[in-house]
Amino acid sequence: MKRADGRSAGELRPVTIKAGVIPNANGSAMVAMGKTIAVAAVYGPRYLHPRFKQKYDKALLKTIYMMVPFSTNERVRPGPSRRSQEICKVTREALENVVCLEEYPKSVIDVYINIIQANAGTRTAGINAASVALADAGISMKDLVASAAAGKIGDDYVLDLAGKEEEETDCDVPVAYIPGQDKISLLQMDGKLPPEDVEKVIEMAIKGCKEIYEKQKEALRERWAQKGASA
Amino acid sequence: MIIRNQYITNMANNNQREDGRQLDQFRQVKVEVNPITNAEGSARVCIGKTDVIVGVKLSVGVPFSDKPDEGVLISNAELSPMSHPSFEPGPPNEASIELARVVDRGIRESHAIDMKKLCIKEGEKVWMVNIDTQVMNHDGNLIDASSFAAAAALKNAKMPHYDEKTEKIDMEKKTGKLPLADLPIAVTVYKIGSKLVVDPTYAEEQASTARLTVSTADDGQIAAIQKGGTEPLSIDEIRECFRLSVERGRDLRKLI
Repeated sequence: MKRADGRSAGELRPVTIKAGVIPNANGSAMVAMGKTIAVAAVYGPRYLHPRFKQKYDKALLKTIYMMVPFSTNERVRPGPSRRSQEICKVTREALENVVCLEEYPKSVIDVYINIIQANAGTRTAGINAASVALADAGISMKDLVASAAAGKIGDDYVLDLAGKEEEETDCDVPVAYIPGQDKISLLQMDGKLPPEDVEKVIEMAIKGCKEIYEKQKEALRERWAQKGASA
Repeated sequence: MIIRNQYITNMANNNQREDGRQLDQFRQVKVEVNPITNAEGSARVCIGKTDVIVGVKLSVGVPFSDKPDEGVLISNAELSPMSHPSFEPGPPNEASIELARVVDRGIRESHAIDMKKLCIKEGEKVWMVNIDTQVMNHDGNLIDASSFAAAAALKNAKMPHYDEKTEKIDMEKKTGKLPLADLPIAVTVYKIGSKLVVDPTYAEEQASTARLTVSTADDGQIAAIQKGGTEPLSIDEIRECFRLSVERGRDLRKLI
């Protein structure tokens, strides 16, 4: 099967990951998946205002996902939307398990995710960037989280839907995967498909996550090599 | 912070800066044109560690009733919490609104965009030009970086195709450019101690007591001014700001 952009069914778009792109942030990363570009910046652990929101036994993880106004074909109105607020929540829940929050009681870790260009798969790109940014900030983590979406077009299971494929597919299933635990921390779906097909779609997405996981580690290694050289 | 402000002020009074620059010298300026292909035009400008992306989006809308034959220009700026530890998420605040309005004023008042040519059908359909500024990393001098990025983005913006017969607009098919005249370049001069300084870092901005943004056209005419800060300026200082803005504006203009 050939896809609109020439990829085979199980092929990711070209993935580029770069850690350390925002000098002011404690940790940051840029992830490009084809034309989709996500930038994540981590500030913290830092003092949490107001104090009643502090948790005595762990840090608060805050994720803010935002699409910049010029990221899409039709301008996005700035400010939170119902969609972006839902994505903030599922992103936080996808990441929370791997971050050792109990090591930073009473503080907050702010994760800001900006989508500077959108062409399908923004939440998965955002999670990939956030996960690398958290590691780049030197925050204790059990593992990285890798994320990819998959779907089914006709009889084919396809990985990492792009552009118009989001409309053609029978379902769109974003998955976030924790490779070290072999567990899934984000799973959403829209579409209509029998359970056994959905399982195959999820398997396909996990295959993509594993490839991204390697790229995430590679980006961090590159970043540390740089840091080591400059120190 | 108070100690650092003192330190920076003392240095400026001795014609020195923390990073060894001259008082009238910019950091390295880098321009990347059209990094966002989804926007009709875009530019990323880095001045030192300051990093700003501006996107120009075109859409079709209804003109204002007092100007039925003119397009509409809308500017917006986002001081993203990603760009500095002191920025918080939320609706635009004073600082981001001022930034957007200063960028807007230079472009609007210099008549850099021929608004009449953006009219599709009088009183019904005109092009709306959205200029969105997204600050990625804040290390001072956001006004100059944003207005320069806006100029670069407008210059490289492509118009979607409008078919006069079918009266349809094809956003995918890009033809032609925006009807542009000479674009203004804003240069902000900051007062630190008793001296005038251009392109401050974040720390230098904190130490400054006043600033004057001057948008100049290629021929040295002034298109817009904005004073900020609490310290008053003398007319001699303002004259010196004009001179610096015209000069540095010329240097910047060569880059786009």
